[in-house]
Amino acid sequence: MTDEVKLYGVEVSPFVARVKIALNLKGINYEFIQEDLDNKSPDLLKYNPVLKKVPVLVHNGNPISESLVIIEYIDEVWKGVPIMPKDAYEKAQAQFWAKVIDDKCHPAVLKAILSHGEEQAVAEADEQLQFLENELKVKGSKFFGGDNIGLVDICAGYTIFWVGAAEEALGIELVAKDKFPKITEWSDNCINCQAVKDGLPTRDGLVAFYNRLFGKAE
Amino acid sequence: MAGSDDVILLDFWVSAFGLRVRIALAEKGIHYEYREENLQNKSPLLLEMNPVHKKIPVLIHQGKPVCESNIIVQYIDEAWHDKSPSLLPSDPYLRAQARFWADFVDKKVYEAAKKIWMTEGEEDRQVAKKELIEVLKVLEGQLGEKPYMVGESFGLADIAMIPFSVWFHTLNEIGKMNIERECPKLAAWVNRCMERESVSKTLPHPHKFYEFVLEMQKKKGH
Repeated sequence: MTDEVKLYGVEVSPFVARVKIALNLKGINYEFIQEDLDNKSPDLLKYNPVLKKVPVLVHNGNPISESLVIIEYIDEVWKGVPIMPKDAYEKAQAQFWAKVIDDKCHPAVLKAILSHGEEQAVAEADEQLQFLENELKVKGSKFFGGDNIGLVDICAGYTIFWVGAAEEALGIELVAKDKFPKITEWSDNCINCQAVKDGLPTRDGLVAFYNRLFGKAE
Repeated sequence: MAGSDDVILLDFWVSAFGLRVRIALAEKGIHYEYREENLQNKSPLLLEMNPVHKKIPVLIHQGKPVCESNIIVQYIDEAWHDKSPSLLPSDPYLRAQARFWADFVDKKVYEAAKKIWMTEGEEDRQVAKKELIEVLKVLEGQLGEKPYMVGESFGLADIAMIPFSVWFHTLNEIGKMNIERECPKLAAWVNRCMERESVSKTLPHPHKFYEFVLEMQKKKGH
């Protein structure tokens, strides 16, 4: 039976990008449906009636929502390149750090971006990123998961790429690279993976998005 | 295969999140050392084991910490996979549903419920009540005619939600509402879960929780 895999999302969402990366890692063919979040499609509302958000993965008609849930689903259904650690403790650690990224790092960085680099917002973002920086230092490996990319790398390994695009649009520095050498190095390592490259929006596309967001449309 | 020795739980008696872990441990019949934390004066061990959030619950298994209640429950299921019952379904699609709904409880139920006693002013409280009932009705929608939240067995999603049933009496009193009447399917599900020893022997009495909230409000000068 051929699998039918659809991904509902928007190019500029990091939550959508992470699902694309997971699908790429597994070599899964999928159809990407670009949503207009101001005018959500009937299909999206049908497949995610509870939260009405992207990304939504629809596998043979069955919908799965919430990016972390989707990634674990992908890992469990399709063998091949593993995304989650096999060891129960390591898996719990990966889930923990993915949640730190979603609950703490991402909102803080987003606030820093949307506030156009307001001092307090940047300080809070730095505080959250410091946890990640410390953990990468302790691990000392190329990727969060070790020698190969895994869940946490998929979720946030390209943070610097993303923030960099916002910084270009804003014309200011939000995340001091010299304060976060490990995160910066990690970002470079992740972006060099084909699966990641193919899942991210283009730099130009992302900058254009932020320009539009900040009302600086060309 | 993990042994039942060397399992410590750092917790606070009334925390819904801690209760999730205690129910999961009880389901698997795992022996552990329970350590009550004073949240106004957190132990050095807690701060060492959960430096990022400094929160309970923390499960310490063979000296290594696992944090975040829904993650701990999944860890317990995997580390003691040889002990029944399973806390997650075996089908990947149902597992995804279980994780989604456990996460939904965190994102929606917890926030909406807290607002009932944290808001001041009648208008805000009415808004909070409406929000909470809406969220609980979504859960009822998921429940449908099934005995449990996902699939046919008690598991992660039920474990995530059932500790909040302890809050219902308090919410009813402070919010001047009747959750059981507005959400009868959910009330029936609560009773069904309470038939499990892991739940009935673990959850504190709802009146004790009410006393606790009243104490908290008094301290804040309400």
